[in-house]
Order: sequence, then C-alpha cells, then structure tokens
Amino acid sequence: MSNSEAILKIKDLKVYFDTDAGVVKSVDGVDLEIKKGTTLGLVGESGCGKSVTCLSIPRLIESPPGRIAGGEIIYKGKNLLELSEKDMQGIRGNDISMIFQEPMTSLNPVFTIGDQIQEVIMLHQHKTSAEARELTLRILKKVGIPSPEIRIDDYPHQMSGGMKQRVIIAMALSCSPDLLIADEPTTALDVTIQVQILDLMRSLQDELGMSILLVTHDLGVVASMASHVAIMYASKIVEYGPVEQIFSNPGHPYTLGLFTSIPVVGRGKRDLYVIPGNVPDPLAFPRGCKFWPRCVFAEDICRSQEPFLENIGEGHTAACHFRGKIDKHLWKEKTNTGSFLNISR
Amino acid sequence: MFSFTVRSFFQKLVTLFFISIISFLVVYLAPGEPSQIDPLNPKFTVEDLQRFRQEFNLDKPLHEQYYLYYKNLFTGQLKSWKDNQPVLGKIYERFKNSLWLFIVGTLITWCLSFPVGIHAAINRGSVFDRTSTFFAYVLISIPSFFFAYILIIFVVKTFNISVIGMQTFGMSGADSIYQIMDRVWHLVIPSILGALGGIALLSRYVRAQMLEVIHQDYIRTARAKGLSEDQVYYKHGFRNALLPFVTMFGLILPGLIGGSVIIESIFAWPGMGRMGYEAILARDYPIILTINFMAAVLVLIGTFISDLLYMVVDPRIRL
Ligand SMILES: Nc1ncnc2c1ncn2[C@@H]1O[C@H](COP(=O)(O)OP(=O)(O)OP(=O)(O)O)[C@@H](O)[C@H]1O
Ligand code: SF4
Ligand SMILES: [Mg+2]
Repeated sequence: MSNSEAILKIKDLKVYFDTDAGVVKSVDGVDLEIKKGTTLGLVGESGCGKSVTCLSIPRLIESPPGRIAGGEIIYKGKNLLELSEKDMQGIRGNDISMIFQEPMTSLNPVFTIGDQIQEVIMLHQHKTSAEARELTLRILKKVGIPSPEIRIDDYPHQMSGGMKQRVIIAMALSCSPDLLIADEPTTALDVTIQVQILDLMRSLQDELGMSILLVTHDLGVVASMASHVAIMYASKIVEYGPVEQIFSNPGHPYTLGLFTSIPVVGRGKRDLYVIPGNVPDPLAFPRGCKFWPRCVFAEDICRSQEPFLENIGEGHTAACHFRGKIDKHLWKEKTNTGSFLNISR
Repeated sequence: MFSFTVRSFFQKLVTLFFISIISFLVVYLAPGEPSQIDPLNPKFTVEDLQRFRQEFNLDKPLHEQYYLYYKNLFTGQLKSWKDNQPVLGKIYERFKNSLWLFIVGTLITWCLSFPVGIHAAINRGSVFDRTSTFFAYVLISIPSFFFAYILIIFVVKTFNISVIGMQTFGMSGADSIYQIMDRVWHLVIPSILGALGGIALLSRYVRAQMLEVIHQDYIRTARAKGLSEDQVYYKHGFRNALLPFVTMFGLILPGLIGGSVIIESIFAWPGMGRMGYEAILARDYPIILTINFMAAVLVLIGTFISDLLYMVVDPRIRL
C-alpha cells in the first residue's frame, strides 16, 4: 500500500448537516483511498452516507445546511478542502467528474444535450464552439449514442433514461478526468441497460486510465468492476480491502451479513439475507460500535467502546473488536444461515 | 408548430365570440338603466324616453341589439350615449394616456422584481432576503392608495411640485425641456405607486420560483461541471425559473385597462380605467361594452403571445 500511487486519499472526513432536529453526522470520520487507474467500490445500506461522501470530494455539499466539519481530501497531493473556490472550479468537471444517481433529472431541461456537453469542453479546454461540437460528437459516439449528429440537438426530454445516463457519462468524460465519481450510476435503469452502462464505463476506464469511485448497492457490480471495496455503515467505513480478500474472507459482521444468501423456500432460488433490525437514525447513533444492536456477536465491550479500522490482512482492514476472530464459519454457526453469495469475477 | 399556432388562433376567435355574447348579456341584463331612459328621471318626458329608446335600439329584440352593437363597433359608427361622441375616438385618446402609465409601471415592476427576487433566493436567509420579505409583506398588505396619499403629501410638501394630472397647469408657455421634465415627473410618481404592489407580489413569486429551481438536480450538475456560481444561477437557474413568468407576461396586457383604476382616479389621470369606471356609473353601455370587448381581446392576445413564447423558451412544449 504505497501512498505514491494513491490519486485520492480521504482522511477522517466529517460532513455534518445542521437541521432543525439536530446535527446529522452523515459522514463521521471516513478514511478512503483510491489507487491510480483502479476502481474503488463503495457499498452500504441506504442512508449510510455514500452520496454525501461522494459530493464532498468536489465540495458540492450544499451549505447550509451541510458543512465539512473536519478531515482532509488529498487529491494528487493537494488538500481540496484548502483550495479557493476558483481553483476548485477549475478541478470540477475537468480533473474530477461526477455521474449522479438520478439520470432523469440531472440534465437541464431547457438546453440541448449538445450544448450541455459543449459547455464543459469550452469551459475547461478553451476550444471554439465548432471544435467543441466536433469533440462532443466524438464523445457521444463513444458512449454509444446512435446517430449522434441528430441526437446532439435533442433536448433531454426526447431521450430515454439509459440515453440520458450515457449523455451524463459523456459530459463527465468530455475533459478526460483523472477521477470519476459515479454515485449509483445504474440504480435508476433497467437491468439490460445497467449492464451496458457498466461495460461502457469499464472500457472507457481502460482507454483513458482514470480512477473511479463507484457507489453501488449491488455486490455483483462491485465484483465485476472494482479492485477494492469499502463497506460503509452508519457514516463510517467498517471494512476496506481488495475485492478478493473481502469476498473470500470478510472480517466484519456487517459485511458477512451483506454477503449471506438464503434459500427461497420452494423456488430453488437464493435470496439475499436481510440483516435484522433497522439502519440507525443518524441523530441517535448507539454508543460504542454503531452496529451492536443488530450484531449477533455483540458483547459488553461493543456497547461501550467504538472499534477503529485495523489491519486483519494484507491491505485489509476492519472496524470490529473481534476482528480476525470472526469469520464465515463462526457466522454460519451463529446465524444458521445458508451459503454465501457466490459471485464470480 | 405552424398548425398549433393556427389552431390556437382559431380557438381564441371562437372564445372571443362567446365572450362577446356573455359580456353583452351581462351589461344589458344588469339591473338599472341608462339615465336617459330611466322613467324616474324627471328631466325627460315620456316622448323623450321613447325617442332615446329608439335611438339606442333598446326597443328591438335582444339578439338584434347584439348584432347592431357589434356591427356599429366594427364599422366605427358606435357612439357614446352620454355625449354622442364616437366611442373608438374617445377610447383611443384615453388609451394613449393609459399606455404610458402601463409601460412605465410594467417596466419598473419587472426590472425591480427579478433582481430582488433572485438575489433574495440565492442568499436565502440573509439580511437582504429578510428585509425584502418584510417590505414585500408591508406592500402587499397595505393598499396602494394609502401610500399614494402619503407620497402625494410628501412630494408636494417637500418639493412644492404638483403631481396630480398629466402635467402642471400653466406650463404651456415654458421651455420645452421644462415641459418634458414636468411630464416625466407626473408620469413617474403614479407609475411607481402602481408598480409597488406588483413588485411586492412578483418579487415574492420570483424568489419562490428561483428557490425551487436552485435545488434541482441539474443545478448540482452545473456546479459539478466547474461553472462559477454566477453561471450556475443566471444561466442554468434563471432560464428555468423564467418559464412560469412567460405565461404571466401575456396576462399583464389586460392590466392596460383595469390595472390602474385606483391610481388613475387618485392622480386624476385621464386613462382607460377611470373612463370605464365613469362609464359604468353613467350606464354608458357602448363604452362599457367596448372596453369589455377590448379587455377580452387583450386577454386573448396575451395568452396567445404566452403560448408562442412558451414554445420558444420551453423545448418540452414544441408541437
Ligand atoms: N441536505 C441534507 N440535509 C440533511 N440531511 C441530509 C442531507 N443530505 C443527506 N442527509 C442525510 O445524510 C445521510 C446520508 O445520506 P446519503 O444521501 O449520503 O445516503 P446514501 O448512502 O447515499 O443513501 P442511498 O443509498 O439511499 O443513496 C442521511 O441520513 C440523510 O438524511
Ligand atoms: S464491534 Fe461488536 S458489535 Fe460491532 S461489529 Fe464487532 S462484534 Fe459486532
Ligand atoms: Mg445516495
């Protein structure tokens, strides 16, 4: 794990929202690292803080109510949190691009898609509008939009969800960013389109050599796309490591729960195991390990002391008091659950 | 798009036809009668009344009266019952006066409301936002005639300038530059007062609209592109926030007639609103009906323009 090859390092990031009900600590001490040219998968239940983590990297958290309360976001050796707004504008869309969770609403309805892509190109690359249009056509073709010469003058409402997401990808890639943040890029799309979009992202990554932070609920997607995974639970990373390690030897009870499959009675199929209990309310996190109310291994120490990420293998960390002792076998014994997800890469 | 335009145009014509019937009926069937034919009016003998009824076609069946009225209107032969002057000529004189008030008032309203509303939305919760909100509510809740009188007293007392009417009496001998200044002065004060309520309402509406737009996902996309805040708000936000106002823009046209009755009355401004008001008091049907009809035409022209503008600014409405 040498630092030199990390394009992005997040250290102890804290993002809080000041709401009427109190301070929502959506991200509370997150550490992450993305190596150059690789994909980091960020996985976790709804509301655990994945989108907030993503948005805080290019400093897109709306303030108020949000604020980055602490930590560092080191991109290519520079702490983005210390840059001026002007410098940050030069990085957004140019060095760091984003693809959002909601393709249907992320494009401006009153401008053509061509204009919206050209806008980024002209902003960062000082090209004439004719050159930018030429480039836009090339990118649209690259992301698989049929007859781009016609589609370039379409408005967003004239396109399907999958096409819109392609346009958003085209926009994000138009300045060849070094880091692409993709926040559930396929969640809103049909399964067949999902596969196409992921294939597209992978081939563009091979071609452009960019790094990707990929947020998803889908462990299958992680297996096929990512080299490393970070498992997020209640505003924190609870396990981090190379995909093979985490898939073959998960070390945190929460990860184990995510990876368990159970047979569906009478259908010969397997379904995901549902971790009992609810995602904790960010306004009232439990003391100690935030997972203890739902954890089958919880003991007294878990209720009083919060565990920190520590090594359990080569580049593999977990935040559990019993890290290294808990494994698949113990888990199966304790929960009586069936076999693990068998996800091939 | 062409077929839509044509279709919309004919729809408006049909609507206008029905409006012409209804407004005719409303005026003719309303209780009360023109003073000239009121049997209780001691000024006229029974024969006089009979003569007037004939002259005004009031002895004919209703549908015939309807036909005669609109025929006279379109051939320009319609005359006021009060002074026997051609209606169109009378209205035209007043229309010119109202037009000035309307144009200046509208310009002031729109030019102030948008910057105020947008600025307040972008800096939500700031001192500016709270101050403008406060004043907007004050202006909305206190009627404009109240301010009108206060302002008249203030201006007349401090500057010793007259603000009533369209110009100061006895200025005709003065230099033309003074005459123009005098005219402008007389125009600006009532225009501002007429605009106050509009500014308060419109700026609130702009603020609400802008607030809604700047929390949309595409605004975040615009930021993620690396655009500056100004580009994000004024290019990506404003274009979208503008959409509902295009409809409103068409609907302000009728304000030309009814918009400033109160202000015109207070400032003794010889405009259309006041004329209509006086015509109603005198039951001068030709004037009332013509003004009604013009108002209907203006509303329809306004919505027609709105439809066309909407197609221009909102790509989702191309047909
Ligand atoms: N603008 C905001 N104001 C208040 N709280 C917020 C705001 N944005 C996010 N949060 C809170 O932060 C927490 C994390 O939200 P986030 O959107 O990051 O979840 P997520 O992991 O992306 O979930 P999902 O999988 O549903 O997208 C949530 O509890 C949410 O309520
Ligand atoms: S620290 Fe305790 S409660 Fe938390 S995950 Fe580990 S065993 Fe479970
Ligand atoms: Mg999310």
